[in-house]
Amino acid sequence: MNDDDRPLPEPQPPKVEPTPIPGTIPPPVGMLDRDVIHTAPEAAIGEADLRAAEAGEIVQGTSLWKDAWQRLLKNKLAVFGMIVVAIISVATLVGPFIIKWATGLTPDYIPTDAALIKSIPPFTAPDGSFSWTHPMGTDNQGRDILARVLQGGQISLMVGIISTLVSLLIGVSYGATAGYLGGRIDNLMMRLVDVLYSLPYIIIVIVLLSMFRSQTARGQLLLLFAALGSVSWLTMARIVRGQVLSLKNQEFVLAARATGVSTPRIIFRHIVPNTLGPVIVYATLTVPTVMLTEAFLSFLGFGVQPPMASWGSLATDGIQNIAIFPWQLIFPGVTMALTLFSLNFLGDGLRDALDPQMRKF
Amino acid sequence: MPLFILRRLLITIPTILVVITITWGLIRLAPGNFYTGEKRLPEAIEQNIREKYGLDKPWYEQYRRTMWSIVRHLDFGTSLKYEGQSVNTIIARSLPVSATVGILAYLLALIVGIVVGSIAALKQNSKWDYASMALAMLGISVPNFVLGPILVLIFSLTLYWLPPSRWNGFPSWNLVLPVLTLSGIYMAYIARLTRAGMLEVLRSDYIRTARAKGLSERDVVVKHALRGGLMPVVSFTGPALAFLLTGTVVVERIFALPGLGNYFIQASLNRDEPLIIGIVAFIAITLLLMNLLVDIAYAYLDPRVRY
Repeated sequence: MNDDDRPLPEPQPPKVEPTPIPGTIPPPVGMLDRDVIHTAPEAAIGEADLRAAEAGEIVQGTSLWKDAWQRLLKNKLAVFGMIVVAIISVATLVGPFIIKWATGLTPDYIPTDAALIKSIPPFTAPDGSFSWTHPMGTDNQGRDILARVLQGGQISLMVGIISTLVSLLIGVSYGATAGYLGGRIDNLMMRLVDVLYSLPYIIIVIVLLSMFRSQTARGQLLLLFAALGSVSWLTMARIVRGQVLSLKNQEFVLAARATGVSTPRIIFRHIVPNTLGPVIVYATLTVPTVMLTEAFLSFLGFGVQPPMASWGSLATDGIQNIAIFPWQLIFPGVTMALTLFSLNFLGDGLRDALDPQMRKF
Repeated sequence: MPLFILRRLLITIPTILVVITITWGLIRLAPGNFYTGEKRLPEAIEQNIREKYGLDKPWYEQYRRTMWSIVRHLDFGTSLKYEGQSVNTIIARSLPVSATVGILAYLLALIVGIVVGSIAALKQNSKWDYASMALAMLGISVPNFVLGPILVLIFSLTLYWLPPSRWNGFPSWNLVLPVLTLSGIYMAYIARLTRAGMLEVLRSDYIRTARAKGLSERDVVVKHALRGGLMPVVSFTGPALAFLLTGTVVVERIFALPGLGNYFIQASLNRDEPLIIGIVAFIAITLLLMNLLVDIAYAYLDPRVRY
């Protein structure tokens, strides 16, 4: 037969070298990364994928998360923030152990020699010569400030993260419920948020913390989590509600309802996971805000109680002695500012990466 | 519009009553009492104190009495700690201090923030843009109770240029450091908001039209772009007031100013119930009214907004 005479088409071998895409000019050699126009490589990838698909290859699709991750890595400030946050988090976790191993000092070690119970400047030995023992100096009781700053960082970061999780829990449930149920319930729930928005909540938190001041440091910490978490969920609720409103009329929700899924399950299993992008962005930006509020409360004496210490309470202790021992304020203050600075940049970068529409140029 | 204002005012009144009730409830639910101290009081004296302040009555009777004098006469009672001084006198005396510092700080922040933000937007992606935005982020990240003492350290304790603390009337050098400390964070926020708003507006069609008409760049920016670009700044005024309140608390503590915030912290530590409730109510009323004013201003500035 005729057909048998013709040779079978050989399957094309997978291309190793990228061939120039018709219609685009190949980038000149030595072209800098920043010269590439943003949309061009993405469009090129799309076309390459299309051609690869036609050639019968399996295409690895770019997921939302992978795409966002790549966009995040392009943002230098965000990468800087991410690295600093990572370094500081690791340092607060393992730093105290390293210091103990290297110098034998713990954050609350007070020297037994009475002559050492004084504030020593950074990088100085008690006799005034250079020394690596106390890179941030010591406080009035002769405790190593570096060790205290690292341990205080644990508390500060913990307050920031746990309070944010509390606000996440309340805000997401509240916003998703209001948005999904809609109608009169939604109206009522969001009016309540409006009213709460206009309240001087920080003032009420101060009243709460000063009245119920706990006798134990642990109790005060728990109170702080609850108080900070329960006042910072409002924006989160609004954001989630907005997202849910636009999601709830889509087909997958209809399909879930048609198959008899219960309402709470639709909300939390089908809708909430789809709101994750903005939620992550806003949560990242909530952490520094909460940490700042905690520092503010510690400054007023309502925050973390001794023997625990946070960056805020360490800086507050330093204020008393600023004229003579400025390093007692400067090191905790600068460490906290650097952390908040980096977290803010990271949050901004995440917003640009995950939510290009919310992007503020 | 008048209907909107009326509706908002109608919500405001119950909101304030709820705030007062929450505050009252928090103080009453907490263990102990304002007269409990290290030393236990003799039975008879405690009895007398309870009678004098009406604490021997059932709680609803006490609540009714407190609320009634507030609603009826706007009378918050007498301070428990500053004897013989009514809450209203204390507020009237300390308000001018807080208001002076707060208003000056906000004006300074507006001027600096808008100028810096506009320059950053007009020269987007330039050195100026990056530098000012990094500085603004720093302003948001440095807590004001760290900034304040550092300013004192530099300008008072090292250079001896400015007095480090105390209240000395309105036009005085004592105001410089508190105002700077307080305005830092607003400056940063306003600069960021102005930049974002301006960037959005500068790309819009009506700016292109204005340019196409042949207006000078100065007229385009000052007469057309700023008006639209400043909308985010206007809506920030509401949250800014809330920040201002917390800010003044810190600044008044650092610089030992006899303002509302300082009295509020003292009252909270002393458990001075009438004074706490008075200051909380005053702050809530101010905040709610200011928010209403902002919303009205918004409608006038942006004709697209309708209530």
